[in-house]
Amino acid sequence: MEYLLRMENVSKIYGNGIVANKDVSFSLKEGEIHALVGENGAGKTTLMKILFGMEKPSSGKLYLRDKELDINSSNDAIKHGIGMVHQHFMLLDSFTVAQNITLGIEPANHHFVDENAAVAFTEQLSTQYNFAVDPRAVTGTLPVGIKQKIEILKALARGAKILILDEPTAVLTPQETEQLFEELVKLKKQGYTIVFISHKIKEIKAISDRVTIMRAGCSEGVFNTSEISEQEISNKIVGWKIDTSIHKKEHAFGEARISVTDLSYYGGEKVPILQDINFQVKSGMIMGIAGVQGNGQVELAEILTKSRRVESGSVEINQADIQSMTIKEMREKGFGYIPEDRQRQGVALTAAVNENLISNKYDTEEFCNKGILKKKKISEYARQMIAEYSVKCSGENGRIDGLSGGNMQKVVVARECMEETKVLIAEQPTRGVDIGAAHIIHQNIVKLRDNGCAVLLFSADMAELIKLSDVLAVMYEGRFVAYYENLSDITEEELGLYMLGIKKQDESQIRRMRYE
Amino acid sequence: MSREKSFHLLRTTVALVIAMLAAFAVIFMVSDTPIESIRLFILGPFSKPRYIGNIINTAIPLIFSGLSMAVVFQASQFNMGAEGIFYFSGAVISLIAIWVPLPVGVHQVVIILAAAVIGALIMLIPGYLKAKYGASELVTSLMMNSILLGLGSYLMTRVLQDPMASNGSYPYLDTAKIPVIIPAFKVHYGLFIALLCVAAVYVFLYKTKWGYEIRMVGINAKFAAYSGINIVKTIIIAHLVSGAIAGIGGSVESIAMHTRFEWNGLPGYGFTGALIAMLANNNPVSVIYAALFVAYLSTGADIVARLSDVPAEMSTILQSLIILLIASERFLHSFKQRWMERGIAK
Amino acid sequence: MRELINIIFTAQFLHSVFRVTTPILFASLGAVIANRAGVANIALEGIMLISAFFGVFGSAATGSALGGFLIALLSGLICSGILALFTLYYRANVILGGIAINSLASGGTVFLLYLFTGDKGSSTSVASKTLPEIAIPVLKDIPFLGDILSGQNIMTYLAFIMILIVAVFLGKTTLGYHIRAVGENLKAAESVGINVKLTQTIALLLSGLLCACGGAFMSMGYLSSFTRDMVSGRGWIAVAAEAIGRSNPIITAGASIAFGFFNAISTAASTVGWASSLVQTIPYVSTLIGLFAFSYKEYLKLKKR
Repeated sequence: MEYLLRMENVSKIYGNGIVANKDVSFSLKEGEIHALVGENGAGKTTLMKILFGMEKPSSGKLYLRDKELDINSSNDAIKHGIGMVHQHFMLLDSFTVAQNITLGIEPANHHFVDENAAVAFTEQLSTQYNFAVDPRAVTGTLPVGIKQKIEILKALARGAKILILDEPTAVLTPQETEQLFEELVKLKKQGYTIVFISHKIKEIKAISDRVTIMRAGCSEGVFNTSEISEQEISNKIVGWKIDTSIHKKEHAFGEARISVTDLSYYGGEKVPILQDINFQVKSGMIMGIAGVQGNGQVELAEILTKSRRVESGSVEINQADIQSMTIKEMREKGFGYIPEDRQRQGVALTAAVNENLISNKYDTEEFCNKGILKKKKISEYARQMIAEYSVKCSGENGRIDGLSGGNMQKVVVARECMEETKVLIAEQPTRGVDIGAAHIIHQNIVKLRDNGCAVLLFSADMAELIKLSDVLAVMYEGRFVAYYENLSDITEEELGLYMLGIKKQDESQIRRMRYE
Repeated sequence: MSREKSFHLLRTTVALVIAMLAAFAVIFMVSDTPIESIRLFILGPFSKPRYIGNIINTAIPLIFSGLSMAVVFQASQFNMGAEGIFYFSGAVISLIAIWVPLPVGVHQVVIILAAAVIGALIMLIPGYLKAKYGASELVTSLMMNSILLGLGSYLMTRVLQDPMASNGSYPYLDTAKIPVIIPAFKVHYGLFIALLCVAAVYVFLYKTKWGYEIRMVGINAKFAAYSGINIVKTIIIAHLVSGAIAGIGGSVESIAMHTRFEWNGLPGYGFTGALIAMLANNNPVSVIYAALFVAYLSTGADIVARLSDVPAEMSTILQSLIILLIASERFLHSFKQRWMERGIAK
Repeated sequence: MRELINIIFTAQFLHSVFRVTTPILFASLGAVIANRAGVANIALEGIMLISAFFGVFGSAATGSALGGFLIALLSGLICSGILALFTLYYRANVILGGIAINSLASGGTVFLLYLFTGDKGSSTSVASKTLPEIAIPVLKDIPFLGDILSGQNIMTYLAFIMILIVAVFLGKTTLGYHIRAVGENLKAAESVGINVKLTQTIALLLSGLLCACGGAFMSMGYLSSFTRDMVSGRGWIAVAAEAIGRSNPIITAGASIAFGFFNAISTAASTVGWASSLVQTIPYVSTLIGLFAFSYKEYLKLKKR
């Protein structure tokens, strides 16, 4: 028996017609760390969800130790010793750590849960694997690094021998990543088999024994990591070479378009979520905001876009206080926003592409006359946008939920990046988007900047931040801890130290963000 | 037609057929003459011009209630208030129909406009409470229905009740009545008012910016809000329009089909309106067909109840079954899956 | 007004508050369990109506109140099972599914009533049984208090005991844990192998059983026969009570008792000669106001964000 587990000729077609996996084969050797690599949307997660019983394959077979496996639910997968740590944590915020770890396998006395036994079990587990967690802590209050440990313990507690980790480093700093890798290597030495999903080539080279490369739903083959170069992996991931370099116009910045002064925010909590936030984004400038997820970036973006209120301090956009404006008035002054969650906020899924393209300008003179919509103008405009952004769709009247993630995001960006846009707030603008679409999106954001728009860019993708930003700030626990006016001398390691709060620049450097 | 749309049509048809079969099964269980009952149920409605007229006349209030529900459903608001508004606007406009002498034509217009205003104002309560404070419009509108029933019957007993009539108000003035178009069919002019409303709602929903706002809020309120659409205003507008239509429906029904106010309970149009809006996929034009179909079912059930031994409530049971089936996303799901896969294979 | 106030402080009136609260309390606890599992049970009203009907006819058929009660429970179970089938397995919108069940109940009971009795109004011609009232030893001899608390219907006592049972069930048992897990984060529960649909189905069935208790009480305790649409909005009042209680069994029970109080006031007011058509609206007006007050409070909290 050469392989512990094999997936043979697996295909998956979703109900909406999207082909996620096409004839993919995948195998695991016992005790290896196997990287599964590919760009976003290449089908890595779907393949692993099939293995973990969360999706049913349209065709294909699974074998564990050469015996055919029939997995219909996560429960079946767990019974066969397969565990998965999802990219979006599957934790109950209101439950304690021990309750989360024992969920579904609670120690019980005549159907009554034995809390003390659950705590003892958790303690024993955390010493056995050397993952420090407090069993009685309420999960919702814990940082992401800890939550990830809880997730791994959860899988181990259920007897997982094969551990699937979906993009585990996406939310971690370089230092936390290193720590995770040490833990993974220890698990490997104890005989565990680990699948490591990632799109970061450096990490794959650092930790994996073998690597399976996926592109557009298909497998591009499996390789011993030591025998394949970073360049080769990269070529196979992308498949063809596209020029993704970005050319920014050299220019001086203009007047301040976003001014945030002494902003603090508690949102009903005792500890501030944001504290003493001061900065300006000027015309023609892209300011990048880096930080580990959950350090106040989301709240800051939500305040700037008025879905949270300004508790203290002031926020001015185009020299006007946002508290005295409605979102409509802000938009009339050239305010654009690319939200983090495309599906939940960025589009109206069952509406047509053209209807999605005009939601921020449907009642301007161009598209509306005394309340009556100008259907022809709208169609013309939509066709023009579809061509300009090369959106792949059946036509401007087709529903937007028939589009792939990347094309959907192009529609969002096309809508938000207009000639009149003077201020743009972009949250994770290329998350879950293929390289081609990401490039188009980057080009358009830079085009806005070149035309004098002020851009505030929130991103978890370091490469994107460094590539696009003119200036870069790092957030930690609701404060700015670093500010770079010159990006050429940044290293990822140094950024990591700031993101983790280990290092902090002195006040005078951070104060430069105010441009006083 | 897109595969998505043809699938919707197919699914609706299958749901209707299944519901009909279930109805036949019920008839077989309860009727002594099942074949005759089923024949009456299916063919009865077409056996006399009067019955055909009856289908159309039954469909008229259903078009109003279906439209009323379609507007709020498009905004993703589950408001069942059309029920109470039908009743209450009927009661209030009776005051005008009985005691305010006006010339023919003007009288009807005044009554209908008054009813529209009453309906809109009533809907304002659940609409405002939902839009501004998030109070469940489903619960508040149902409470409003019971409250309106109480207020209406108070108005009836204290003011409208004709001591000479056993159970009804003073008779309406002749100038207030909506006349019949073709005597043989007894279809009344309210039909045109209903069709006019369909056209108006269609234009409103699909051609105006307010309709666009309502639909976007209905599909994704978060999206609408960040796009700059005023959610509170939009939800309230949807409720106002819906209420006005229900009010018009109540008044038309009263002055066309009755000679005095004689409802002593809620007439039941609210729920049926929800069914019709669903059958029509919230499309105003399709509301006409859906209303005619439901009217056909209930006419059939009435005929069976009169001439045979099956209670007329069978049509309610049938309607509930249809709702259950049509609301079920997964109903025929595996068929849809294959259907879509074939579309991709092409 | 004075007359009414005088009534309110009588033992008889307070006794009636408990009685009137009973069906609302059962249904609102049913709503709590369903909602904690993440499925809004909008069919409370219909399930109560159906089990009220089957309670009466079951007791007539079996000749015993217990038999009727068990048949009522069974009908509630089947009814919520149908709801579960359509909303969970066929993915019908929960609100539309609930509305359909309510209408099915309203039309279906009249349909059957007519078939069995030839009457579309009530079942008075059927010799049905009622559930017993219980005098509690010692307590019944305490003046005033005994008059209020003793001699209630067995279902009234059961309803109040249920508050505790539901609280303990949700807070301490494994099934309760799973129900809460499914309601809070469906995917998380699924990822550890909890059968989400099964858990939600169980929650809906339990919810149906509680509603059935309320329904059986309506036709075999509160009244001694079935009348058309006799639940008259109590299910919806329970939905409001559950919303106000934010799925917490204790607070929900408190809200139910408050609504029960206004129900009792409504009955009392009609006995002192107030216009009955207006007095009948008191429970609904109070629910409307209660729901508004709660939403307003939540709105203020949200505004602070």
